[in-house]
Amino acid sequence: MRMLSLAWRNLLRNGRRSVMTLIAMALGMIAVLLFGGYVKDLVYGLQTEFVQSSGHLQIQHKDYFRIGSGNPAAYGITHYERIVQILKEDPVLKPMLVVATPTLQFGGIAGNFASGVSRTVEISGMVVEDQNRMREWNDYEDPTLTRPLSLSGTAADTAVIGTGVARVLQLCAALRVPDCAIETSKSEAVDGDVLPTDIALLAASGNPPEKQDAQRHPRIEILAANTRGAPNVAGVHILRAEYQGIKELDDVYVGMHLSQAQKLVYGSAPPQVTAISLQLRHTAQIPQARERLGQLLTTTLKDELLDVLDYEVLNPYYGQALTMFSAMFGFIAVLIGGIVLFTVSNTMSMAVVERTAEIGTLRAIGLRRSDIRAMFIAEGVLLGVLGAGVGIAAALTLAWVINHIGLTWLPPGRIEPIPLVVRVAGEHAMLLSSVAVLVLVAALSAILPAARAARMNIVDALRHA
Amino acid sequence: MSMIDPPSTRRDRGLLHPVVLRGVSKTYRLDAVDVPALIDIELVILPNRFTVSSGPSGSGKTTLLNLIGCIDRAEKGSIMVGGKSVQKMTDDEISDFRARQLGFIFQNFNLLPVLTAFENVEYPLVMAGVPAAARRLRVGELLEAVGLAAHGRKRPGQLSGGQRQRVAIARALVRKPQVVLADEPTANLDSKTGAEIIALMRSMQQLQHVSFIFSSHDPKVLEAADDAVHIQDGRITSIERRLEMGESRT
Repeated sequence: MRMLSLAWRNLLRNGRRSVMTLIAMALGMIAVLLFGGYVKDLVYGLQTEFVQSSGHLQIQHKDYFRIGSGNPAAYGITHYERIVQILKEDPVLKPMLVVATPTLQFGGIAGNFASGVSRTVEISGMVVEDQNRMREWNDYEDPTLTRPLSLSGTAADTAVIGTGVARVLQLCAALRVPDCAIETSKSEAVDGDVLPTDIALLAASGNPPEKQDAQRHPRIEILAANTRGAPNVAGVHILRAEYQGIKELDDVYVGMHLSQAQKLVYGSAPPQVTAISLQLRHTAQIPQARERLGQLLTTTLKDELLDVLDYEVLNPYYGQALTMFSAMFGFIAVLIGGIVLFTVSNTMSMAVVERTAEIGTLRAIGLRRSDIRAMFIAEGVLLGVLGAGVGIAAALTLAWVINHIGLTWLPPGRIEPIPLVVRVAGEHAMLLSSVAVLVLVAALSAILPAARAARMNIVDALRHA
Repeated sequence: MSMIDPPSTRRDRGLLHPVVLRGVSKTYRLDAVDVPALIDIELVILPNRFTVSSGPSGSGKTTLLNLIGCIDRAEKGSIMVGGKSVQKMTDDEISDFRARQLGFIFQNFNLLPVLTAFENVEYPLVMAGVPAAARRLRVGELLEAVGLAAHGRKRPGQLSGGQRQRVAIARALVRKPQVVLADEPTANLDSKTGAEIIALMRSMQQLQHVSFIFSSHDPKVLEAADDAVHIQDGRITSIERRLEMGESRT
C-alpha cells in the first residue's frame, strides 16, 4: 500500500472522470507524436536529399566557401586525385566512407546561338558513376525513389540543364519542356542564326561535336573564364531538361561530366576541382570522420590549403528548415501542454474538493502536509504516465495505419508527390522526451490542487464528512 | 469529585497524566464576530480512564477534543499530551506526534473508501515504516479483537456502520497510542450497535491500556464513563471522577 498504489486506487475511484482525463492526455500525446513524426520524416528527407547530392562532408580550398566560389581557378584543389586516394585508403576513414568524389562548380554563360539567346548559368561538373552511388544512400529508409542521373553512360560532351535554363534558351520544343512561351523562329533571331566565327572555332577546338548526338540532342555553347581570365567555349549536347526542385537553381543549372567541365575552366592546364564530396555510411559518423580529416590536414595533407565543411554548413536551408519545424513543433507542443495542464488540474481540483474529509482524516492520523501534497502529485504523475502510455500506443497504431494506406503529398519544390510518412516507431528520443514532458506537465498540473489540499485546516476539513 | 486538581500536585502529575490543560481558551471567528468556544479550561485526564466530555450542542466539547487531539490550536493556556507540551510544536512535529501518541475515532467513521478494512487498519503502520510481517500480525490481532477477522478484505462500502466503526477503533489503536479520542462515536449508529461499540471500546481500553476520551450526548456513553467532564458555554461546569484517583479498570 505504497503511495502509487493508493494513487492508483484513488484514480479508479472516479473511473469515468479519470478515463476522460486520460483520453484528453492521450489525444494531446497523439497530436504531438504524429506531428513530430511527420516533421522527423521531413527532416530526414531533407537530410537524405542533401547527403545524396553533396555528401556529408566536403573538402574545399580553405577560402572557397567564403570568398572563392566565383574563382574556381584560384580556389580549386590541384592534387585532388591524390587526396581522394589517401582518403579512400585511410584506415580510419575507410570503414566509414561510402563515396569520395571530386566536383567542380563554376559560373558561365550558356548560349543557344541558333535562337540568339543566352543566360548566365551555374555549371556542375561531376563523376557521374560516383554521383549515382551517392544517390543510393538511404540511411533513413526514405520510401521516395531516387533515379540515377540522366548523364549515366553518356558521352563526355553531354549535359543536363534545368527547365528554367531550357525555357530561356528556347529549347522547350526540343527538350519537351512544358509551360513555355512561343519560341523565336530562326528568321526572327537577331544575329543568332550563325555562331560567331571566333566562338565557333573556340568551341570546335575544345570539343569536336559528335554527329550522332548533334542530330538527336540540341546543342548549346557554354562560355566560361579560364585560369588566365580568357574566355573559353565548349559546345555541349543537351540530353534533357530536368526540374531542379527550386526555381532559383532550376533557372541556372547545367550539369555535365567532370572532364568536360575541367576542360572549360582549366583548358590544357592541370585540372582541378572545387570540392571533394565525402559520403559516410551514417550521419552520426560526421564528428569522427571530421576529427580524422582534421588530423590528415595537419599531417599527410598539410601542404594543401584545405578546409572541411559539413552538409549543414553547405546547405544553410537545412538549418533554417530545422529551426522552422522546431518552432512549429514547439508551438503545437505548448498549446497541447496547456490543454493537458488545464484538464489534469481540473480533475485534481475536483478530487481535492471531493476528498476534503478524507484529507482531514489523513492529517488527523498523522500525515504531514508534505505527505498530502505528495499523494496528490503522485496521482497527477500516475495520470501522466498512463496518458503517455495510452497516447504512445495509439500514436504508434495511427502512424502505422497512415504509413500503410498509401497517402501521398506534394512537398514544396517537388514535381512528383511523395509518400506521406509519419515516423513514430523507433524515434526513441522523441518518444521519451514526449513522455517526460507529459508526465512533468501532469505533475505540474497537480501541484496547485495538491498545495491547496496540504494547506487545509484539519478541523474544517473534517467538518465535510 | 473535583473540577481541577489541587495546584500543589499539578507539576508532578503533568508528566504522569496523558492530558493536562491549563488555562486553555479558544475563540472562533465567524464572519467578523469572535465566538468563544472554550474559556479558561483547567483539566487533567487520568491515565487508563474512560473519560467523556458531555454537554449540549455548541458547548465546546468537540473543540476540547480537537485541542487535546492536536488538530487545533488554543490561543491561550498550555496543553500537555503524553507529557509533552504541544503548543509550540511545528506542524510536522505535531503531525508525527499525533501519529505516534493519538488515535482518532470519528462520528462518520472516516475510513479510506479505496482501502480494505485490513488496509485501513494497516495504513498508520505503513506510514510509520513498520515491516510487513509485523504489520500483518498487529492488524490481524486487532481485527480479531474487534470481531472483524473475517472481513479484512472488505472495503468500507461493503461493511455496516457498526463494522466500520469497529475498523476505525482498530485503526485508532494500531500504533498503541496513549490516548484515543472519539468524537460522538455512537451518533450515527442505532442504539443496539452503539451499545456494542461502547462495550467494545471499553474492552479495548482495558486490553490496550489506553486512555479514551469521548465527546458524547449519549446517556449510555455517559453511564459507561469512568470520568465525566460536563461543559456548557465553553466552560467546564463539573468533573465527575467515578473511580478513586489511583484506580483504574485495566
